[in-house]
Parts: sequence; structure tokens; C-alpha cells
Amino acid sequence: MAANGPATPRTPLPLHWLGIVPFALFALLFLIGPALYIVTGAFRTPDGGFTLANIRGLFTPSILASYWISIRISVASALLGCVIGFSIAAAVTLGNLPKGLRGPLMTFSGVASNFAGVPLAFAFLATLGRLGLVTVTLKSWFGINIYAMGFNLLSFSGLTLVYLFFQIPLMVLIITPALDGLKKEWKEAATILGASGFQYWRMVAFPILFPAILGTFALLFANAFGAVATAYALTGSSLSIVPIVLFAQIRGDVLQDPHLGYALAFGMIVVTGIANGLYVWLRARSERWTR
Amino acid sequence: MKVNRFWSWLAIAVGVIYFALPLLGTIEFSLRMRRGEYSLDAYRAVLADPRFHETFGYSVIMAICTIVFGVLLVVPTAYWVRLKMPRLRPLLEFITLLPLVIPPIVIVFGYIRMYNTSSLLPLTGSAMGTNLLLMFGYATLSLPYMYRAVDTGLRAIDVRSLTEAAQSLGAGWVLILARVILPNVLIAVLSGAFLTFAIVIGEFVLAALLNRPAFGPYLQLIGANRAYEPAALAVISFAITWACMGLIQLVTQFSKHTKAPR
Repeated sequence: MAANGPATPRTPLPLHWLGIVPFALFALLFLIGPALYIVTGAFRTPDGGFTLANIRGLFTPSILASYWISIRISVASALLGCVIGFSIAAAVTLGNLPKGLRGPLMTFSGVASNFAGVPLAFAFLATLGRLGLVTVTLKSWFGINIYAMGFNLLSFSGLTLVYLFFQIPLMVLIITPALDGLKKEWKEAATILGASGFQYWRMVAFPILFPAILGTFALLFANAFGAVATAYALTGSSLSIVPIVLFAQIRGDVLQDPHLGYALAFGMIVVTGIANGLYVWLRARSERWTR
Repeated sequence: MKVNRFWSWLAIAVGVIYFALPLLGTIEFSLRMRRGEYSLDAYRAVLADPRFHETFGYSVIMAICTIVFGVLLVVPTAYWVRLKMPRLRPLLEFITLLPLVIPPIVIVFGYIRMYNTSSLLPLTGSAMGTNLLLMFGYATLSLPYMYRAVDTGLRAIDVRSLTEAAQSLGAGWVLILARVILPNVLIAVLSGAFLTFAIVIGEFVLAALLNRPAFGPYLQLIGANRAYEPAALAVISFAITWACMGLIQLVTQFSKHTKAPR
């Protein structure tokens, strides 16, 4: 590649861009291209003309209902994941607990945030399924039958509970560095000015952390919204959240029209795109403070 | 901050209960196959299943191919952009974040449509082509993690000085990358590699929709048809994920010890 001899003066040839050609090609062919193909497909008729009919096809009660339950599950699991994850991270970083707790927590969070998909569904079926450990123990020791009380793993609350298993650790992993960024001086300054612990949190720490928290919320939302494997292994096709509907469309179980599939996928990109756009924007804002 | 000590323990306790119960439940359930007593029958049944070996072997090979391809793609690119085109870094960062924005199911839907048998590049037409497509898909999914790991590694070394030193000794680009840059970011590359391995091994959507005999679809199939084996498989999967994360910790620790004291 470097063919110029040592004597020739190096002229700045505009060939630098050659170095990124492989990556650019890969990104175009296997990331951006396929996504654009879907997006444009959502606005095309089978013969290639422009149409809004596919998008209009999304506004049927059943598809709207599946978007709605997907959004509800994603919001609920992201919200609870943020609150619980934040509490755990705050407990470890600021809670005056033994120092040895932190390392194992971060390692476990790394493991659990990656323990999604089919095995996660199995774990919860073995625990809270009809014959699961917790279900059986509650029934035989305390006489509490959670299924008779209306609990069902294959439902909004059940799926939210399962998703928390990877949402909480992800929140812990992202928010711990932000909590570390809270400077001791701020706390001291607030105390000198007569602030109580609660006032410090409400008027100093929380406003600083808020963009980071909200941003992570957006990331967790997108994370839950796009998840297929856990829900599919848990419920089959019985709970029709958007990714499951799309999965069934692609598999051809309910094949009506591929362009409706494009529109479904386009809707997913729009929803996660909004969530992640929010994340990027808020992240940039929060980094101004914690630097 | 004495007040919040109670709340801190409470938060930890809630966390421990929530995360420990499913793991305990799974382990307990996986031992229940034989009526009336605990046994390892479920594990024995899983390990005796030839499809377990086939699909697991397939996924391991896919993971290794993905890691090799990912390293060959990401290390030179990240290096080159850092050295020659720093203005492109934000763009590169944005592109490598995209797989977190676009759900995997949408990406694979795009693959199926773009590379079907009547397209210009009919990858899905043959088994080998589909394997290749699946590997590219896995590389795409792991891109955010791989790029971030490598970029962190590159940030810790003086890329420009190392390059100039190597060039003044007569090294070409390939030699610089293989003998100077890669060894210096090896720890970072390894943590990216283990994370990629953990992602690929249990991945379901891509393999299922591209119809390849990978471990993820096998897990789903067993889950739909068996009672106790899924729990055993979940325990095995958890152990694999744990091993990958443990190896990341180990290589990071190792790198701290090998740095010469100044």
C-alpha cells in the first residue's frame, strides 16, 4: 500500500477515504440499506408507485391495539427499571454500604443485562409459571394462589415483570457512573446553606441527574419495544405485541400483504427512533453537568 | 448520610430477592424431572440430545466467525478514522449506535427482502449464503459493543506516535495494524469479543427468521415441547453468559497487572 519510496516527497493524495470503504460498504449493505428498504417499502405499492395506503393500513383496531400494549409494556418496564435500578445504584454509590458490594453488583448487572431472550422466559416459567417454585411455595405454605388472584405470566404485568430482569441491570450500569459524577462539594455547599438531605436531592442532585435518568428511560423503552425472543418463548403468539405480530407476518403465519409488514416495521423504527433521539439529545445535555 | 442506610439495604434486599428467585426457581425446576427426588436427569437428557450438540456447535462456530469478522472490520476502521479522519468520528459513532435504534427484527426483515432469490445478491438462495448473511447480521448486532470497546482501547494509547514510530522503522499499514495496534488494544478487543459471543450464542430472531439451525431456535423449540429440559438449558445459558462476563473481568484485571509501574 505504502508504495512511495523514502526519497519522494509525500504529496497529500486525497486517498484517505479508501480506508473506510470496507466499513462504509458493510454499513450500507447490512444496516442502513435494509432499514431504508423497509422504510421506502412502507410507502410503495406492489408495482413500485408511491402510496400512503400501507401506513393507513396500520390504523386498524387490532394493529393499534398491539402498538398500544407494546408501548404500555415498554413504558412500564422502563419506568420501573429506572426507579428500581436508580435505587440500587444510589444505595451502592451513596448509601454508606460495605465497599465490597459494588464490584459484584456491577458484574452481575453485566451478566443479567445480557441474559435476555429465550432462556429468560424459561427462568420465569420455572419460577412463576403454574408449576413454578414461587407459585407452588406460595400455594402450599401460605395458601395464596396467585393464578386464582388473576396473575398471569402471559400478560401485561407478567411480561413487564420479566423484562425488568434486564431493564434494572441496564439502568444500574448506565446510571452508576452518573451518580459517581455527583461532586462532594455540591453536597457540602448545600449543607452549609442549610439544606436538608431531601432538599439537596430535590433541588441539586435530581435536577443534575434528571437528563441522564430520562435519557436512560428512553434507551430502556427502545430496548423493551424491540425485544422479540423473550415474549415469543413465553407466550407463543398469544400476546400480540408489535414485534410478535411482525414476527408472525414475516414467518408467513398470517401473510396478507408484505407491504403491511413494511409499514409495521416502519412504525417500530419511528417509535424507537423517537425514543433514542430523545436519549441522544438528553445525554448531550446531561454531560455538560457531570463533566 | 446516615438516614438512607436503611433504605439502601432495603433497595439491595429487593434487588437480591428479585434476581435470586428466578435463578433459584430455574435451578430447582431443572432438578425436578425424576418424580419425588432431585436428580440431574434433565441435564442428562439435554446433553444426550444430538440436536443440542449440532445447534450449539453451529452457534459457537457462528460466534467465532462473527468475532473474527467484527475485529477485522472494526479495528482498522476505528484506527484509520482516529488517525486520518477524526472529523468522521461522530458519524461513525452514530452509525455504530444504529443497531440499538433499529430493532433486530426490522433489520432481518430488510435482509430477507433485499437478499432474496430474485435479487441482485441472492444470499438467501443457498445455505452457505444464508450463513454468511446471518454472520453479517450478528456482526451488525454486536457493532455497538465492539466499536465502543475498540474505541476505548484506542483512546488509551498514542495512536499517532506508535504509527510514526512503526513507519520510521519501515512498517507498512498491514504490519502496523497486526503487530503494533492490535496487540495494544487486545484487551479491549477481547472484552468486545466475549460480549459478542454472549450475544450470538443465544440469539433467536435472526436465526429463526433466516431459518438456520442455531442454538436460539433450538431453545425455543425445546421450550414449546418439553417441561424440565428448558430449565436445564436456561441454567446452562446463564452459566455461559456468566463465563463470558467473568472472562471480560479477568482480562481487564490481567491488563492492570501487566502495565509496567511508573
